[in-house]
Amino acid sequence: MELTLWTYEGPPHVGAMRIAASMEGVHYVLHAPQGDTYADLLFTMIERRDKRPPVTYTTFQARDLGGDTAELVKRTIAEAVERFQPEALLVGESCTAELIQDQPGALAAGMDLGGVPVVSLELPAYSKKENWGAAETLYQLVRGLLKPQLPAPGTPKPDPTRWRAEGRRPRVNLLGPTLLGFRCRDDVREITQLLSCYGIDVAVVAPLGARPADLMRIPTADANLCLYPEVAGTLCSWLERSFGMAAVRTVPIGIGATVAFLRELHTVLGMELPAELQPGADGVCEAERRSRLPWYSRSVDSTYLTGKRVFIFGDASHAIAAARVASRELGFQVVGLGSYSREQAREVRAAAKELGLEALISDDYLAVEAAIAEAAPELVLGTQMERHSAKRLGIPCAVISTPLHVQDVPARFSPQMGFEGANVIFDSWVHPLMMGLEEHLIGMFRHDFEFVEGHRSHLGEAAPAPAPAPTQEAAPGHPTAITPGNGELRWTADGEAELARIPFFVRGKVRRNTEAFARERGLACIDGETLYEAKAHFSR
Amino acid sequence: MEREQPLPPEVLRENGQREVFCGLTSIVWLHRRMPDAFFLVVGSRTCAHLIQSAAGVMIFAEPRFGTAILGERDLAGLADANEELDRLVAQLLERRPEIRTLFLVGSCPSEVIKLDLAKAAERLGQQHRGRVTVLNYSGSGIETTFTQGEDGALQALIPLMPTAEQLAAARAQLPDQLLIVGTLADAVEDRLVSLFRRLGIERVASLPPRRSTELPAVGPGTRLLLAQPFLSGTARALVDRGAELIRAPYPFGVEGSRAWMAAAAAAFGVGQERVAEVLDPLVERGRRALAPQREVLAGKRLFLLPDSQLEIPLARFLSRECGMELVEIGTPYLDRQLMAEELALLPVGTRLSEGQHVDNQLARVREARPDLVLCGLGLANPLEAEGMATKWSIELVFSPIHGIDQAGDLAELFARPLRRRAALSFA
Repeated sequence: MELTLWTYEGPPHVGAMRIAASMEGVHYVLHAPQGDTYADLLFTMIERRDKRPPVTYTTFQARDLGGDTAELVKRTIAEAVERFQPEALLVGESCTAELIQDQPGALAAGMDLGGVPVVSLELPAYSKKENWGAAETLYQLVRGLLKPQLPAPGTPKPDPTRWRAEGRRPRVNLLGPTLLGFRCRDDVREITQLLSCYGIDVAVVAPLGARPADLMRIPTADANLCLYPEVAGTLCSWLERSFGMAAVRTVPIGIGATVAFLRELHTVLGMELPAELQPGADGVCEAERRSRLPWYSRSVDSTYLTGKRVFIFGDASHAIAAARVASRELGFQVVGLGSYSREQAREVRAAAKELGLEALISDDYLAVEAAIAEAAPELVLGTQMERHSAKRLGIPCAVISTPLHVQDVPARFSPQMGFEGANVIFDSWVHPLMMGLEEHLIGMFRHDFEFVEGHRSHLGEAAPAPAPAPTQEAAPGHPTAITPGNGELRWTADGEAELARIPFFVRGKVRRNTEAFARERGLACIDGETLYEAKAHFSR
Repeated sequence: MEREQPLPPEVLRENGQREVFCGLTSIVWLHRRMPDAFFLVVGSRTCAHLIQSAAGVMIFAEPRFGTAILGERDLAGLADANEELDRLVAQLLERRPEIRTLFLVGSCPSEVIKLDLAKAAERLGQQHRGRVTVLNYSGSGIETTFTQGEDGALQALIPLMPTAEQLAAARAQLPDQLLIVGTLADAVEDRLVSLFRRLGIERVASLPPRRSTELPAVGPGTRLLLAQPFLSGTARALVDRGAELIRAPYPFGVEGSRAWMAAAAAAFGVGQERVAEVLDPLVERGRRALAPQREVLAGKRLFLLPDSQLEIPLARFLSRECGMELVEIGTPYLDRQLMAEELALLPVGTRLSEGQHVDNQLARVREARPDLVLCGLGLANPLEAEGMATKWSIELVFSPIHGIDQAGDLAELFARPLRRRAALSFA
């Protein structure tokens, strides 16, 4: 048993629903108790879809458990096929149905469904999660549909440069975008448009918007772009093994990653690298001018962003991409990096190592919250869950990854990928931070009645209630210790008063540093002088 | 609760896919009503995902609910589920020392594997005696539908309610009290209590209370007034404790609320004249508030899909006081005894359905093309896209809709989608 206040991923059958609902012509029969239809809301409310997800639930109740639930499954399958006439059928179980073991996939296989391809899903709900469920469902569905096309063993790999011989533009598949993915709708549009600038066509986008017939065209492309490895990683590896299709695995989020992605793609397709993708003498590649992020980030208004301490958490792809953008393209200092995607833990660890960090691989919300508190960052880039921790800790926060809520499926064009994605990233990550002038003035004058500590007036919020800070009123040099620190350490009133003078967004870090400094020197008591000693010590 | 039944309307009973919430969803409002309580679901990742999908748009500095997620080791019997639960509860209480009542909420997985949470609650209650009370109820989808979760939670509280004699002895008062049962918005509760005082009913208590530790007394002399129609189990358990059930329609709209309060007044021997003197000015004002909404709603055809058991009283209000025509009233569960007064007020021949076969029901909706459909959020946007106006039903358990003074607001909830459709223009 595991105590969960917030879960980063849903159960695996929600991943399967994401595949079915993203596609056209696919129906999913889900053996599940009454109530599990809540998942429909993810699509009709969060994604704001205008149709019901193509899912039929058996919605069994306690009284059905005494009867023949297998019969209920068969009846539901027959009715769903009759009513919705799908081009392919997914059959699977939710967590409770897994316990009663009716084998719905096997039941469906034994039914006469008029030749509809049936994919039986085995999604272990007590050990796997949503993204795994989505990846497995996509893989099983494509594998099932492409079985007749499998090349015989020993067939030579198709040449990714054959487009030239065939006298056509190269074409690629965009694999991985789904509903309830992070900004997939606009990423697909941005990448499609970007590719067309370089003379590359898109063959199939899947699963988002694809029909089963489209999946059967996947092998006609020259390469696969694995845009969302969490969902399409398994499929791309299988296509590589079975059909010899090359996969581009760089995720084009951020300027550097987008340019690297384009270079990799040109190499794979045997295309000549255009001049604008080649680094100039000053290291600047012309293509980056397609985005405003590099100039915005170089402009003097952004100078105060230098060294801002940022904590990053999310799915592996978005967390790794964010770490690169934050550290290299915005000049932040990454003080924590982690992911809940155990499947990609190795990649996250490697990215963290490059930044001199130990990656946090965990799906325990409390462990993530503790790590944030420990790192005392000035900005958290995380998921909807990190917004809770950030509120508790009073730290600005921006969402970079699923899980998301309705505000992260906006009406406006808001990709994360490509050059426009970088523009969106610049705006949304900088927005929660205090603006430069305000930051200076609050550092200088602490007694304002309107612009009080922690107040970010550009966010339009009312000033936070004045924190109970008895120490600030105590006379400096007062001998009694007020704060018990953590056990052995005590802050004097004078120490607390000096601490209160530190701007609030770095105060957490200063407190920790000073305490570490005091402990190192065996001091029991921290006064104002200790704080300045520590400050000088750590500035070296 | 024996009584002569009015003529039962014909009820269509359907079986098939049900598009409803499970009882776990009740946590979404109960955690606000009793902020000193914590709701720990024992279930799967699906359960955790449900609650956070419903409530996760709010940002919590301190979560008031969580899930003990069963893993493969628990299912295989490799880990002693009870020891695991004890460990998690200790961990939780360490983080949240201010919790006074802990609800262990049963789910489909915990019930299918027959984990005895009642026993666990008893054991944990002893372990943490004096600090926190540990209770248990089921919110599973196989046993409960949406608001029935509240019925379960309140039933769990009943054994802790002091007896009326105990309280009377302590306060040297007569045990006669009016007990309002069912979650009410704070402002509505205050208003109703002050109106009952004006009627001369001095001792009014509510279940659930605002603090989980301040439970009202119950026993002979307690008269029970249901504010919500989904409390079958709670009502029966309170009657078993000696309370007397006041039969009345539910307090929605001017008419229903007046009848509801008048029934309580009659039970306390308050004269009709006094009732008229206190309530009639409110009725007059309530009708005035309804008038503009009635203009929007009158003659419009309404189709109600099953969700919360509020459907029948709402349909009664919307047809009798707002002039709407009822196409079909769906309810997830029909308790004929507790609904008798309401059924008697429905127009003759109203089509009632209990249970659901959602695809067949949607076929009836499409055929009827009603002017307004009351339905859950899984169906609302898809029906809007088909050109039908909808009112999403969950909002009704989150809004202050009870009482004569709220009749206008309640009608407004139904008029709003129609007014909005008329207001939007993109030409």
